[in-house]
Amino acid sequence: MQLDEFFVTGEPLIYAGMVSIVLVTAAIIFVLTYFKRWGWLWREWLTTVDHKKIGIMYILSALAMLFRGGMDALMMRVQLAFPGMDFLGSQHYNEIFTTHGTVMIIFMAMPFLIGLMNVIVPLQIGARDVAFPALNALSFWSFLFGALLFNISFVIGGSPDAGWTSYTPLAGAAMSPGPGQNFYLMGLQLSGIGTLATGINFMVTIIKMRAPGMKMFQMPIFTWSTLVTAFIIVFAFPILTVALALMTIDRVFGSQFFTLTGEGLPMMWANLFWMWGHPEVYIVILPAFGIFSEVIATFARKQLFGYKAMVWSMILIAGLSFLVWVHHFFTMGAGAFVNSVFSVSTMLIAVPTGVKIFNWLATLYKSKIQFTVANLWALAFIPSFVIGGVTGVMLGMAAADYQFHNSYFLVAHFHYVLIAGTVFACFAGLVYWYPKMFGHKLNERLGKISFWFFLIGFHVCFFPQYFVGLDGMPRRVFSIIPEWMPLNVISTVGAFGMGLGFAIFVYNIYYSYRYSEREKTGDSWDGRTLEWATPTPVPFYNFATVPHVNSHDAFIEMKEKGETTFDEEKVEPIHMPSNTGQPIIMMGIAGIASFGLVFEWMWMAIAGLIGLVVMMGVRSFDYDDGFHVEVDEIKRTERKARGL
Amino acid sequence: MSSHELKTGPLEYRTQQGQMNILGFWIFLGAEIVLFSTLFATYAVLFGRTADAPLPGELFEPGSVLIMTFLLLTSSFTCGIAIHEMRRGSKKGLITWMIITLALGLGFIGLEIEEFIHYAHEGATLQSSAYWSGFFILAGTHGLHVTVGIGWAILLLIQIAKRGLTPVTSRKFFIISLYWHFLDVVWIFLFTSIYLIGMVV
Amino acid sequence: MAEHNKRIPVQHIVGFVLSLVLTLLAAWAALRSDLSTFWIITSIMILAVIQAGIQLFMFMHMTESESHNGHVPWNMMFHGFVLAAIVVAGSLFTMSFGHDHDPQHNGGHEQHQQQEEHSGGH
Repeated sequence: MQLDEFFVTGEPLIYAGMVSIVLVTAAIIFVLTYFKRWGWLWREWLTTVDHKKIGIMYILSALAMLFRGGMDALMMRVQLAFPGMDFLGSQHYNEIFTTHGTVMIIFMAMPFLIGLMNVIVPLQIGARDVAFPALNALSFWSFLFGALLFNISFVIGGSPDAGWTSYTPLAGAAMSPGPGQNFYLMGLQLSGIGTLATGINFMVTIIKMRAPGMKMFQMPIFTWSTLVTAFIIVFAFPILTVALALMTIDRVFGSQFFTLTGEGLPMMWANLFWMWGHPEVYIVILPAFGIFSEVIATFARKQLFGYKAMVWSMILIAGLSFLVWVHHFFTMGAGAFVNSVFSVSTMLIAVPTGVKIFNWLATLYKSKIQFTVANLWALAFIPSFVIGGVTGVMLGMAAADYQFHNSYFLVAHFHYVLIAGTVFACFAGLVYWYPKMFGHKLNERLGKISFWFFLIGFHVCFFPQYFVGLDGMPRRVFSIIPEWMPLNVISTVGAFGMGLGFAIFVYNIYYSYRYSEREKTGDSWDGRTLEWATPTPVPFYNFATVPHVNSHDAFIEMKEKGETTFDEEKVEPIHMPSNTGQPIIMMGIAGIASFGLVFEWMWMAIAGLIGLVVMMGVRSFDYDDGFHVEVDEIKRTERKARGL
Repeated sequence: MSSHELKTGPLEYRTQQGQMNILGFWIFLGAEIVLFSTLFATYAVLFGRTADAPLPGELFEPGSVLIMTFLLLTSSFTCGIAIHEMRRGSKKGLITWMIITLALGLGFIGLEIEEFIHYAHEGATLQSSAYWSGFFILAGTHGLHVTVGIGWAILLLIQIAKRGLTPVTSRKFFIISLYWHFLDVVWIFLFTSIYLIGMVV
Repeated sequence: MAEHNKRIPVQHIVGFVLSLVLTLLAAWAALRSDLSTFWIITSIMILAVIQAGIQLFMFMHMTESESHNGHVPWNMMFHGFVLAAIVVAGSLFTMSFGHDHDPQHNGGHEQHQQQEEHSGGH
């Protein structure tokens, strides 16, 4: 392979990308070296097993990915507003809509939510870390190296261009030769392993590590949503693992699963992809529901209405999520009976979702609503998500779907559910728990400005797309006819409004870091659940003494009784896990092996694989049992944190 | 992270961490069921799509497949005995029965490799058709699992020789026994739905 | 279960003998019996499920109370098998494209196969 085949050439935008990557990397290396921070970075972050730090790293990476996916989106919108200007060529456009979708779902939405789970769930259940802290670090590094591998594709080797769904035979070796599609396969495979590990980790954490007395039906609702999500992850991700592996074997080793030769069956890919893909949709929406429930209950100053109905509806949604996958390819050509079965099961999902909507409304009903930024995101979610949900039922009717399929109507629908659901929840959750993570609130005024820009931009961007879709505009086209122009221009204006909202949000992070008042207590919003019982910043062991829980608003009860998480008489030495460099090294090696497979350099893939096996052996022989925090140290830390 | 240790019951369950690791492994096995079922689904959907390659009924031989099945069934039994010995507190019994288990596992892998080579000579390879791709990947994934299990068990045998029976080492052996029995469960379905059905149809 | 301290693991031996017998029975049903293909497939699949149960309950200690893990292992296995049924039967159902209009007969693969050979158009 020549050097000019290795690097992507010929596009000014990509050259600019290369230059900025080099400059940013150089700047980071310079800053770390100049301020002598390498040791600090390694000790405090790269080898950490602390769930709070891992969560923060997840969220920061997800924000970076949101920026990357957002830039992709803006480029697409510019192209569609000025289709004759040759801003993007057709090939470049194909690559950008592929990476936009993949980055947003796999490397933005999931890590953002998993980051929030990491920080909050152990605090909500009164645990001192997750069940397997080193595995948790491994999950993060597998996601990060997977994301890096995928993102590097646009300067090295070329990006995948077969859509985020990568349907075969288009994505097969015959029609998409070269490393592009392999980047998709290996990037997702690597990060998918980490996601599966996270699912197992959180299930065990929630089942085994709850505070004494906390029954399952007394867990905070966000913890419940995490448990249900973890369950879906455990049962859905292996399907993706297999599907990706089969396509990789097709492309690299010449098997015939999804090919047009050897009696392969290309639509089997779609079948497997959506068997994972539909549960995946609920993996990114259920935690969002959990976040909104927490935020709405806190700022309505009321107990969540219909707690049990909320939990059962989530469980029902989880079950149904495995029974509807065919609605993504109704137009495959299956007979009426197959489509009808999945049409009915699809519409059933609207029932538990509707239950949740009414429960949120009932929680708000006759309450003193506080219009904080976090709550604004939650309140904006309800009507926006309903628009997305109702159009989803329209798409779920198989006969009607033949009209909507692959049009901008579909594009508008899934952006309405994914942005109004998942992205709003990410913002709401980040704003809400920000003081717990960083010791100060985000500025409310800037927060409101960014909220309104983003919300109005969102509706201006996507509402017209329903109509341009009904006018017949298909998705994934880089050129349009004149009749579709006006609505596309409006849509582009909205997209830039969202971009501006995001920019203000990021500026707010800097502004608040400089100017916000520091938190004095741990209870920033007069909270209801245990995470607010810890001091801010949270000590690395979380709870000096774990309270006994009797109700599902555990912290409300503690406040009434005057209890804290520091009961001097009951302090005992606390056992904590040691930091370890094994996860980052192991996943770094896995990243190298994956890179080798992307370019089909077998020597590199095999060497990486051997390295991985050796690291597993090292891990197996590691009997490090962690350390104990002594009573004196706990008392000192707590007194300082609580100003006693 | 409580480090309280129970005084009774099997060693592997005495610490909270031991219970959690075993529970985590059960959950992982749940994921493994779905992983294999996806491979089974692919195999089943691609059944009959042999193109120009030989039909499975022409190549499968009941004799060698039955021998492989008995090897694996027996290894699952001896693995159970190993854990039984471990719970009686016999390190020597555990090691002996575990080595027998691994020997049976190696026999299984040897026969499977021989079988694959034989099919390749007859013109049925990973590349020859959709059906044979499905066959080799499904059976191969199981074989790979057995191979990984053998390597893993050898690492654990070294650890137990050095450290003896502790809550940690017995937890590790209990977990690998779950893994080994699970591979037998998968093989039962492989034997039934690939070989028996392949020879009937 | 006071099983642990016994010299001879009765449960394991019973399980082993049962699994050998069931395997031979399945092989006999498939290779030597006069049953129709449909009944062969149905019966050997049932035998396989029973054998899986023997492994899980008699060898893997799935339900022992000393684990302090309650019903969770059982629960995961149960849902795993439910998912397996959905994935396998659902894939066969979907990828038959519904040209076989009677889902009751989806027990065996061969009907699908024949349907596809006749009407799949390849």
